[in-house]
Amino acid sequence: MKKIKVNTITKTVSQLCIQANLNLRRDVLFSLKAAYYRETSPKAKRALGLIIENASIAKKEKLAICQDTGLPIVFLEVGQDIRFVGGDLNKAIQRGIDLGYRKASLRNSIIGDPINRGQSKFSPGIIHIDFVKGSRLKITVLSKGFGCENKSKMQMFNPTVGIAEIKKFIVDTVKAAGADACPPYVVGVGIGGTADFANLLAKKALLRQVNKRSPIKHIARLEKDLLNEINNLHIGPMGLGGKVTALAVKVLTSPTHIAGLPVAVNISCHALRNATKVL
Amino acid sequence: MRRITTPLTIEKARGLKRGQEVLLSGTIYTARDQAHKRLVEVVKKHKRLPFDLRNQIIYYCGPTKTPKGKVIGSCGPTTGLRMDSFMPPLLKAGLKGMIGKGSRSKETAIAIKKYKAVYFLAPAGCGALLAKKVKSVKIIAYRDLGPEAIRKLEVKDFPLIVAIK
Repeated sequence: MKKIKVNTITKTVSQLCIQANLNLRRDVLFSLKAAYYRETSPKAKRALGLIIENASIAKKEKLAICQDTGLPIVFLEVGQDIRFVGGDLNKAIQRGIDLGYRKASLRNSIIGDPINRGQSKFSPGIIHIDFVKGSRLKITVLSKGFGCENKSKMQMFNPTVGIAEIKKFIVDTVKAAGADACPPYVVGVGIGGTADFANLLAKKALLRQVNKRSPIKHIARLEKDLLNEINNLHIGPMGLGGKVTALAVKVLTSPTHIAGLPVAVNISCHALRNATKVL
Repeated sequence: MRRITTPLTIEKARGLKRGQEVLLSGTIYTARDQAHKRLVEVVKKHKRLPFDLRNQIIYYCGPTKTPKGKVIGSCGPTTGLRMDSFMPPLLKAGLKGMIGKGSRSKETAIAIKKYKAVYFLAPAGCGALLAKKVKSVKIIAYRDLGPEAIRKLEVKDFPLIVAIK
């Protein structure tokens, strides 16, 4: 049995919130730079140049990459041999969010009641927990902006549907987002499970490295085909046209029911911000 | 690169071309969802607005907190589409420019043209870069809205693209 103090979790979550919001993921930045060289349209190239410059200013000046510092989502992979001590784990995580967001002067975008709204705060974030073997604790903070979250879609397909129809739904979702969700995008897709689980998979898919394909052969091919089709929309960086509408498409799948085929799409803007630490 | 200064008069607006890149200097006012809702209520009740909308520009923006020693935090544009339903009464009250990101509805585009106003795009997701273009900030209304309060910004060479006029 390994003991972890909840205070350690607070400290780690706080650090991860700051890291995610000030330092753009290295693989995302690399992919943006590659896109810059691939683009031939001057407008699209200039837009990508600004995005890359913005990331460098954010890092140097310790400013948030984007003013929408998102709704913080905390993913925990908890080794089953861990025991948390020293207080309430949920509160420790929320305290970590508050601390990190305050320290880095991020934005208080969270309102307590979705109907009555009211004053905004830094927290609460949303927590997802998975149990795994062993005694490792993996903490990931994803700061998801709502310009892109607002463009999420899901559909319950018939189990007999063809792959072409599924592809069309995904590509149409990106088409409907147009320039509103801040392209170039990383497109997360969840296929299978239940309605809620497909949405969670779509979000988790965003956490995979930009250049890493799915280990499942036919899913990797699907990702490649979808990326081509999405880039053929020519929405381009900031919607100014061009070759790069998406940097990547990531698909996660799950077993599902004989009667259905849930498909969910979760788009990320070019500022895909998350950070991970293993304790 | 074309340089323009506020206030945005009809004459200045007329000289702009769709797709043109411009550098804006002068005063702009931040307002997003909740502030728009309030402004429209004020207009409908014929009460006094927190600032005179005539020939002014509204920037769809809710900045982060201001880090110590900085003028403003990250301050990029938010999605213009969400403000569409509030546009007609504000344009009627004299608003001449809007800065945001993304597309607008067909109805809004028609209203913008009708009132000879301009919708500009600011570089989306570049809030750190845009923070460097802001020279001063003052909250002038709806402080209780936090990031959504109305702020008066003085900007220098704010990079924009003319999207609708």
